[in-house]
Amino acid sequence: MINLGPHAVFIICAYAGVTLAVAALIFWTLFDARRTASKMAALEARGIRRRSAGPAA
Amino acid sequence: MTTDTAPKPSFWNRLAHPGQFVALTRPLLWPLTIITAALFIAGLWFAFFNSPEDYQMGDTVRIMYIHVPTAWLSQFVYGIMAVSAIGSLVWRHPMADVSMKAAAPLGATFTALALFTGSLWGRPTWGTFWEWDGRMTSTLVLLLIYLGIVALWRAFDDQLRAARVIAVFTLVGAINIPIIKFSVDWWSTLHQPSSVFTMSGPHMPPSILTPLLVMAIAFTMLFLTLHLKAMHTEVARRRLMALQRQAAQTGKTA
Repeated sequence: MINLGPHAVFIICAYAGVTLAVAALIFWTLFDARRTASKMAALEARGIRRRSAGPAA
Repeated sequence: MTTDTAPKPSFWNRLAHPGQFVALTRPLLWPLTIITAALFIAGLWFAFFNSPEDYQMGDTVRIMYIHVPTAWLSQFVYGIMAVSAIGSLVWRHPMADVSMKAAAPLGATFTALALFTGSLWGRPTWGTFWEWDGRMTSTLVLLLIYLGIVALWRAFDDQLRAARVIAVFTLVGAINIPIIKFSVDWWSTLHQPSSVFTMSGPHMPPSILTPLLVMAIAFTMLFLTLHLKAMHTEVARRRLMALQRQAAQTGKTA
């Protein structure tokens, strides 16, 4: 690792904070997508489908 | 008129259909993810291993490689929301509503990160984490506007009605973007004036400009990837809500 000089703590904190926030953003985006898809699958499993999709099998 | 003679819908009309929008843009997600990851690897390598320290700021210049891209995105995302708001109000484009809603939490996060990294950069260079000057205060106002928009989306059950109200609110709030941009020219401020997007070109050496531009493009691609994924989820959520209403009307328990 390179020497970040006397203000290394500020540089490390800035990059760590951005890494955590970006990771949280990615996690939340994927979690929200998966949660919505599983709710949709649960509804369709109970035979509830869009009218345009025709009657449930 | 038979289906054979019916006019083919234009590209924009196809994009207006949520199902077709998702079908058309879903194949873009993996290429966007790979390009974003590659750009971040290159950008971080430049930032830490192939760029010099600044002659005045020393190594703290490396904070600029995450501060400027997040600050740029804080305004760019709002620009996307403002254009979407016009699309929602003028053309009633259904995907414009979806775009507005999906972008708001992303913009709020990037704005918070711009303030966070800016204060960590400010302490060693200016001697303070915070100063109530034009650039910092107007960026804080932008964060509050973003949070207000996120709260408004959650306050309405009827998302179509919410979109009209929020589109107007978003366009009113857009007045803050030129204030942020020109605050360093209009008022005496600790914040340095623009050094990348100037009439006379960038005011920095290529060894510092290169990692900055690579990181700015990487963050922009990250936003585009997450925005697209969040838009797909929002389309699915609206379908889910429609199904739940349909289930309630037909008496089936969801």
